[in-house]
Amino acid sequence: MNAKKRRRLAFVIALVTASAAAAALILFALKDNVLYFYSPTDVAQKHVAAGVNFRIGGLVAAGSVTHGQSAEVAFTVTDGKASVPVRYRGVLPALFREGQGVVALGALNDTGTFTATEVLAKHDERYMPPEVVDALKRSGRWKEGQ
Amino acid sequence: MTGEIGQLALSLALALSLLQAMTGLAGARAGNELARHTATISALGTFVFVVLAFGALTYASIVSDFSILNVAQNSHTLKPMLYKVTGVWGNHEGSMLLWVLVLAIYTAAIAFARRGGERITSAALGVQGLLAAAFLVFILFTSNPFLRLDPMPFEGAGLNPLLQDLGLAVHPPMLYTGYVGLSAAFAYAAAALITGERDWARAARPFMLAAWIALTLGIALGSWWAYYELGWGGFWFWDPVENASLMPWLIATALLHSALATERTGAFRSWTLLLAITGFSLSLIGTFLVRSGVLSSVHAFANDPTRGLYILALIIGAIGGALGLYAWRAPGREQGTAFDIASKETALLLNNVFLAAAAATVFVGTLYPLLLDAATGERISVGPPYFALTFAPIFFALLLLVPFGPRLGWKRGDWISTYKALLPAIGIAIVAAIAVLALTTPRTLAGAAAFAVAAWLIAASVIDLRKRQTITTSAVASALGHAGLAVTLIGIAGTTLWRSEALEVLGPGESMYVGTYELRLDSVVGARGPNYDAARANITVLSGGRAIAVMHPEKRLFPAEGQDTTETAIRTTIVSDLYLALGDRRDNTQWVVRAYVNPLAPFIWLGGLVMALGGFAALFGRLRLPRTSPTAAPQPAE
Repeated sequence: MNAKKRRRLAFVIALVTASAAAAALILFALKDNVLYFYSPTDVAQKHVAAGVNFRIGGLVAAGSVTHGQSAEVAFTVTDGKASVPVRYRGVLPALFREGQGVVALGALNDTGTFTATEVLAKHDERYMPPEVVDALKRSGRWKEGQ
Repeated sequence: MTGEIGQLALSLALALSLLQAMTGLAGARAGNELARHTATISALGTFVFVVLAFGALTYASIVSDFSILNVAQNSHTLKPMLYKVTGVWGNHEGSMLLWVLVLAIYTAAIAFARRGGERITSAALGVQGLLAAAFLVFILFTSNPFLRLDPMPFEGAGLNPLLQDLGLAVHPPMLYTGYVGLSAAFAYAAAALITGERDWARAARPFMLAAWIALTLGIALGSWWAYYELGWGGFWFWDPVENASLMPWLIATALLHSALATERTGAFRSWTLLLAITGFSLSLIGTFLVRSGVLSSVHAFANDPTRGLYILALIIGAIGGALGLYAWRAPGREQGTAFDIASKETALLLNNVFLAAAAATVFVGTLYPLLLDAATGERISVGPPYFALTFAPIFFALLLLVPFGPRLGWKRGDWISTYKALLPAIGIAIVAAIAVLALTTPRTLAGAAAFAVAAWLIAASVIDLRKRQTITTSAVASALGHAGLAVTLIGIAGTTLWRSEALEVLGPGESMYVGTYELRLDSVVGARGPNYDAARANITVLSGGRAIAVMHPEKRLFPAEGQDTTETAIRTTIVSDLYLALGDRRDNTQWVVRAYVNPLAPFIWLGGLVMALGGFAALFGRLRLPRTSPTAAPQPAE
C-alpha cells in the first residue's frame, strides 16, 4: 500500500469511526432527552405519568390566575375540552395573560398538578405558538383568522 | 414615488443578475472575453440597483411613508430614528432585501478583486448571479417590500419592542455578512468544479475569513442580546434559531482549517470543496428555518407557506445542483500529496472530523423534531440535555487536541517534540485544575476540567508564538483563535457552574440576598421613554452592609405595539455580573424581582471578540511581524 492510499484509508476510517460514534451518541441522547408536547386533552387521555418532563400548551383559563407567597403563581391551562392546573415559581413572561396562549415546561406531580420550571408566552399580539394553535384545532376551539 | 423606484430597481437588478449568471458561466471558458466583461458590468449593475432598492426602503421608513404596506406594518412615527433605519431589516421582506444587498456586495468584491484569475472569477460571478436571481425572484413574487397600501393609514403598527435594541439592530447585518459570505466560498468551489481550477481555496480565502469573522461576531451579539434582553440570565438556549447560525459556523471553521491544508500541500482537495458546499447549504437551511415560520420564535416573521416552499425549492436546487456538479466533476480530479500520521494534516483532519461530527449532532437535534412532526404529527422538542450529551463531549475532545495543530509540521511532523514543547502547558493545566478544585465552591469536576482545558489552550498558544523564529500574522491568528475559544469556555463554565440565583416578592424597603450581595428595593417609579412607558425600580446594592451601587431594572410598556419588555440592569466587574430583572407587580406596592450573580459571564462574548480578532489577523495572510526580542535572528520565510 503506498502512502497516498494509506492516507485515504486513514481518512475514511477516521470519518467512519467518528460518524458511528456521533450517531451512537445522538441516538442515545435522543432516546431520553426529547420533550413531548401535550395538550390538556392529551394529558387526560394518555395518563402521562407523574415526574415525566413534557411541555403543555393551551390557553390560560379566564379567572384562573392566583398569586401565592414569594413569586408563586397558579393558573389553569385549557384547550376547551380538558384543563390542567399549573404551578410555577418565577417571573412570568411579559405577554402572559388570561385567555391567551401559553406553553409551560415541567412535570405532573402525584396530585395531577403540573409543576412548571419554565413558562413561555407568545412573542407578540399577532403570534400564537403553533403547538397551541394545533391543540386548539384538535379540540375544535380554533377559529380561522383568530 | 419611493415605492416605484424600489420596485423598478429590484426588477432591473433581477434582469441584470440573470445576465450576469449567463455571461459569467459562459466566460468560464477560455478566451470568452466579451462574456466576462458583460458579467463584470452586470454584477456591478446588480449591485447598484440593489443598493438603490434598499435605499428606497430605508428612505420610506425614515420619512414614515405608510402608503407602503411594509412600512405601515412595521414602523411608527414615534419610533426613534435609529430604529426606523434598523427596523428596515426587522421584518421578513426587509431582511430578505438585506440578504440580497449583502450578496451583491460580495459579488461586487469578487468582480473587483478578480482573485484566482479570469476564468474562475467569471464562473464565480455566474454562480453568484444565479443565487441573486433566485433570491430576487423570491422577493419580487412572495415577499415584495414595496407593496402599496390603500388607503394609507395615519399611523404604523410599530416594530416588535424586543427588536428595538442596538445589539439586535446590528445582529442581522452581521449574521448575514457571515451567511452570505459563505456563498462566495460556495461560488468559488462551484467555479473550481466548472473550470477545473486548482487554486480556488486561496482565491476564496478572504471571503471565507470575512464570513467566519462576521458569523463569530453575529453569534456572539445574538447571545449577548438574549442575555441582557430576555431577562432569563441565560446566554444560549439551544433554540433552533440559534442552532441555525451555529451549524454554518462549525462548518466554516472546519472549512478555514481544511482549506489551509489544501492551499499549502494540496491535501483534502475534494473534502474542502464539499465543506464549501455544505457551509453555504447550512446557511440556506438556516435561512429557511428562520424565515419560513416552521419554527416559532422572535425571528419567525413569515407564516406564509408559499415562502417556505420557495426557499425549500431554492435549497434543494442549490444543494442538489452543487452536489451534482461535485459528483460529476470531482472524482476525476487528481489527488493531493501524501502525509505522515504525525503531521499538521492529521491534526487538521481530526479538527475537521470533530467539527463535522459536532455540526451533525446540532443538525439532528434541530431538524429531528421538524421531521417527526411532519411524519407523525407528534410534537416534541429537543432541549439542552440532548446537546449536553452530544455536542459538549465532542467539542471538548476537539479542544483537547487543538494545541497540537499549530506545533506540528506539514507533511512530516514529530509527536514527541511537539509533546515536549507543550509540556509546560500541560503543567499549567494541571495547576489550574487543582486551583479550581481548591478555591471554588461548589466544587465541581466539570469546572476543573473546563479551566484545565482553557489553561491548556492559552498556554499552548503562548508557547507556540514564543517558540517560533519568525512570527507571522497567520501564527498570531491561530493563537488568538484558539485562545478565544478558551476565554469563551471560561465564561460558559463560570456562568453555568457557579451562578447564584434568587427570586423574591419585594415591597418598598424590603431586601433580598443573592451571592454576597444584599438588594434593597427602595421604590418603583414611573418613567417615560420616547415611545414607551416604564416602571423603573431603584434597587440599592449592599455588600457587607455598605451601599455600593443603585441599579434600575425596568419593565417597559410600548403602547403602539401593545407589548411589554423587561429591561435588565447589569453591573459588571468583568469577572462577575450582578444581573437584575423586574417581574410583575403584585398587589399595589410589591414587585417580583429576579437576581443572578453570573461569575465570568462577560468572558463568553469577550472570547468571541478574541476569536474574531484572530480572523482579522488571518486576513493579512502570512505577513511577517517584527519580533520584539532582539536575540532572534531573522529567518528566511518557510
